[in-house]
Amino acid sequence: MSDIRVAVRLFASYAEAAGADEMTVTLPAGATAADCLAAVRAAPWAARVPPGPALAVNRRYAKGDLVLRDGDEVAVIPPVAGG
Amino acid sequence: MRAPLTDRAIDVAELLSVVAAEGSGGTVVFLGTVRRSAEDGNVEAIEYSAYREMAEPELQRIVAEALGQWPGARIALQHRLGVVPTGEASLVIAVSAPHRADAYAASRFVIEATKRRAPIWKKERLASGEARWVEGRPAGGEH
Repeated sequence: MSDIRVAVRLFASYAEAAGADEMTVTLPAGATAADCLAAVRAAPWAARVPPGPALAVNRRYAKGDLVLRDGDEVAVIPPVAGG
Repeated sequence: MRAPLTDRAIDVAELLSVVAAEGSGGTVVFLGTVRRSAEDGNVEAIEYSAYREMAEPELQRIVAEALGQWPGARIALQHRLGVVPTGEASLVIAVSAPHRADAYAASRFVIEATKRRAPIWKKERLASGEARWVEGRPAGGEH
């Protein structure tokens, strides 16, 4: 099976720490949202990203066990402060 | 529903006109405003940013859920993004309903769900020139 590529979106303090608000992550087929998060957290800048931040896949909140498909958009959602 | 995110000052009267209806017996308006307080330091403005492509549908889902629960209600909501000076509204929710109890309940539902679920962040700009991210709360999905 071939790898999949997903677009990772970062926001607020996470984007500031990363110096980027978007990146592409390559994962093995069958990878989950949690696998994608683990790949993101492996980067040196990601020290401030907690182990279990909220995740969204294709613009809806998703659990870590959601299996990703090629081309999905995965967002790592910092604690929210709207209102 | 009109676009729930705006980069300009929110027009409260316009939102009120959206929810006006002959069958409405009560209208509740909630304004969230940028505040200055001792614990927050000398905040001059708050800069709001969002995951726009998700925040818009998420806010629309929240309104749809409220309308499902209070079918007689009419609801209009706008959240402002960008720099909002102290004292100005960052969020306005207008709800009308045949009876006030439903208008209050639906308004409360929408503000609490918005604070919990809308992917929106804020950075305080202090008089000293410093800026700092406001520590929010972990985002939650539906319910």
